Amino acid sequence: MALQAELKNWFYGPEAPRSGQGGGEIVLGHRRVYIVPSRLGLFFAGALGILLVGSINYALSLGFALTFLLAGLGIAAMVQTTRNLARLSVRAGRSDAVFAGDTAHFRLSLANAGEFDRPEILVRHLGSGAQRTLDVAIAASAEAVLPVPAPRRGWLPLGRVMLETRFPVGLFRAWSYVELDSRCLVYPRPVASALPAPAPSAQAGGARAHAQGSDDFSGLRAHQPADSPRHVAWKSVARSDTQHARGDAMLTKQFAGDAIAELWLSLSDLPPSLGLEQRLSRLAGWVLAAERAGALYGLRLPGSEIAPGRGEAHRAACLEALALHESS
Amino acid sequence: MSGAEALLPAQRPLAWREYALLVAGLLLAAGPHVLRAPGWLIALTVFLYAWRGLGAWNRSLLPSRWMLVAIVLLGLAGVWLQYRAIFGRTPGMMLLLLFSGLKLLESRDQRDAAAVVFLTWFLAITSFLYSQSIPTALGMAAAVAVSVAALVTCAAPRRAPRANLRTAWVLLGQAVPAALVLFLLFPRVHGPLWGLPQDAYTGITGLSDSMAPGNLSQLTLSDAIAFRVDFKGEAPRRRALYWRGPVMWDFDGRTWRLGNPRIVDLVPPATGTRVAYSVLLEPHNRNWLFALELPASLPAQARYLDDGQLVSLTPVRARISYDVESAIESVPDPSEARQTLERARRLPPGFNPRAMKLAEGWRAASATDAEVLGRAIDFFRRERLQYTTEPPLLGRDSVDEFLYDTRQGFCEHFSSAFVFLMRAAGVPARVVTGYQGGDMNPVDGKFTVRQSDAHAWGEVFIAGRGWIRVDPTVLSVPLRLDAGLAAVPAGSALPLLMRPELEWLRGLRYNWEALTHKWNLLVLGYNPERQRELLSFLGMKDADWLELASTLLAVLGAFILGLFAWMLRGMARPDPVQGAWIRFCGKLAAKGVARSPHEGPRDYSERAARSLPAAGEPIRTIAGLYITLRYGRHAAKDEVLELRRRVKDLEFG
Repeated sequence: MALQAELKNWFYGPEAPRSGQGGGEIVLGHRRVYIVPSRLGLFFAGALGILLVGSINYALSLGFALTFLLAGLGIAAMVQTTRNLARLSVRAGRSDAVFAGDTAHFRLSLANAGEFDRPEILVRHLGSGAQRTLDVAIAASAEAVLPVPAPRRGWLPLGRVMLETRFPVGLFRAWSYVELDSRCLVYPRPVASALPAPAPSAQAGGARAHAQGSDDFSGLRAHQPADSPRHVAWKSVARSDTQHARGDAMLTKQFAGDAIAELWLSLSDLPPSLGLEQRLSRLAGWVLAAERAGALYGLRLPGSEIAPGRGEAHRAACLEALALHESS
Repeated sequence: MSGAEALLPAQRPLAWREYALLVAGLLLAAGPHVLRAPGWLIALTVFLYAWRGLGAWNRSLLPSRWMLVAIVLLGLAGVWLQYRAIFGRTPGMMLLLLFSGLKLLESRDQRDAAAVVFLTWFLAITSFLYSQSIPTALGMAAAVAVSVAALVTCAAPRRAPRANLRTAWVLLGQAVPAALVLFLLFPRVHGPLWGLPQDAYTGITGLSDSMAPGNLSQLTLSDAIAFRVDFKGEAPRRRALYWRGPVMWDFDGRTWRLGNPRIVDLVPPATGTRVAYSVLLEPHNRNWLFALELPASLPAQARYLDDGQLVSLTPVRARISYDVESAIESVPDPSEARQTLERARRLPPGFNPRAMKLAEGWRAASATDAEVLGRAIDFFRRERLQYTTEPPLLGRDSVDEFLYDTRQGFCEHFSSAFVFLMRAAGVPARVVTGYQGGDMNPVDGKFTVRQSDAHAWGEVFIAGRGWIRVDPTVLSVPLRLDAGLAAVPAGSALPLLMRPELEWLRGLRYNWEALTHKWNLLVLGYNPERQRELLSFLGMKDADWLELASTLLAVLGAFILGLFAWMLRGMARPDPVQGAWIRFCGKLAAKGVARSPHEGPRDYSERAARSLPAAGEPIRTIAGLYITLRYGRHAAKDEVLELRRRVKDLEFG
């Protein structure tokens, strides 16, 4: 492992510093900007060689002058290409949580404190290959949104990002790596399935929820052809074109004749034979469905419990708990 | 907001602006070739450039691969028909011109554009094969500047054009010091590295190794400079300025040719007036060096031949400069080998019977060679032969026709007739070609000798006195010595600027030529020898290439570091605004309100202000200031100071 790290350091340069607690910002010191001739630069060197040999062969003083002027141009281009990245500051912005299988959007902001503009800066996410080109004006900043696939639930770290530029003449390629402390929360991929029946609420003092009436909403179940159209959860149908809860979206509202009923979504309600990830996905589907239906719902996981509630924040808390649930 | 499409610059299609810059660069670099290229090739190339212009407007008009191949084949065939060669200097250059059009035509993206820029540079250097004058240099500098602007525009097509132009000028400005260092210190070697194409040095004018009626007078129509002379001290009188060149020994009835002189040690003449001067000789692709009669010292790399010529060991293919000393009006060496004298009497039989008869008459009436010479001199003075730059064509017996029929000739007719007569009378004689006279440039006081000053005269060997110069042209036309070509009767063909009525134009030319002389000496004349002189002046005597290379690298390295430091000036210090903010975050973290990485300044300060209500107001003020400074357009200096002061004074009560 240590050897591997050494090699990585040797190849990529020292480990890119993570953004500290205070800043969340990395300034590219010029020592962290690497530079090599691009392919075009190699052709350029070849062309200079030909010009030089021609000048020597024909004793062309102005040929020497031309060759050396172009060589000087190469030198100036090398310095300017390095400058285009040097002391550029990079910070990561907030990235909104996504569901597994979707694409996380990481925001990267490049700020230029220099008295020159920095055109044509390529920001490439090494993991996914996503790339964007930015122009950063004088004393300004520009933002790149990098789409990164989020295959699994949990924290998705941004990982290593490469900044590259070939400005101003394309003869050199300067690049630098940054590893920002930026991560995106990935919820389990929701799978729609019938909601469990509402459980008797503790506060309701063992109220019966079995007698189905039409007074109080008690939960949702999959729609059956015999159900009254008045009881279809149309609100949920309308939202079901969102990508998270496709499938048998027609749900029928169940109403308990009783007072308030709470919906407990529990991992133990699902058969273990489904496997943890599948069960978490179903739970996520339930959370979405319950929120959509406007139910009061709580979440029970081994070792943690979220009291019933509703609303965006509650939904986010439940999904986060599902996302970060340890697979023991 | 989110970046543009992630196309690398190299894959972006060319826009009209890049196209325009590429064509402008090509036109500037290829411009001088218009003088040399055949008309059809110029028309084809311009047509190809224009076709690409149409393509920039509507891409569907661009030709297919097959059509390009057809154009390539057509072009190759055309060049072959024109020159009967594909390789060689001129055809090669014509192909380069053609390919510049083809490459432009098939350029679709920025990568191709770079190839066109490289072609522009190659075209520029081929122009230097023909001319390295100041105007050419300026033209090619413009071509390079435009091509660099094209490169920059291709690398950042979305940027404002003016900003791209400025970047190009800055790049070139920064390239100049490095180029100067390289020009002076890059180890120079004498070329060529290998054999050059046969036609490498065509088109260079100068004296030739033979003299036939008509070839010198052709040369005199050229205004080109043969060499320039800087006399150390006072310049000799014009009539003493006989610049000795190749000596002609062998006559075949029409043409005079070189003998086969041997290399000997130069014995400086003891008599005569010594003059020292340096000569800046234009390339003429021959070994001859020119010096006033008679040379008294040998320049470095030069040899002395037994017929009085100075020669260089290699043909003069680049402008060279040498210092030499001459003894003018000196008494020649009276001895000469018998075989040499024998050769100097030889004539082909059966030519010029009338002249033969005249010479035999002189011989019969004279006791000595000197007396024969006296009669010949009288003859040329008396006969009033006419001097003209447009001599009539002569037939088989060229001397007879000149002396008795046409009676008009140029110096080669005079000298040829004189030497023929002397040899026919049994007096050893030879033709000397070279230059006579020269103009003093009043601007810089240097002498200019032009091709139009080309001259031929005779030398006869008189026992006891040695080789004596006799200039039969001057005997017939005494004005020739003082007025040069102006001695030619009015109305004859003369180089434009030799005409007396264009005085003001001559003044202009003097200034221009003085400037050109400096250019030739300092820029074009910078060669391995000059480099050695410069290095020993800088204290590096006898530097070998390794020493030179390491000096060069050290200087360039220092230049790169200096340039880099200068370009990042003011940025090495951390941003004061950011510094203040980090300090602020540190202070709050110490109070237990650490900023989480995803928290923006507004959210964070709000949270901090709520958890530390005693300092709520200052915290909000600081955050507000920071946001304005960090994300606003302008950073006023006093606001930065205020931010720093407030962070410093932040108390939590």
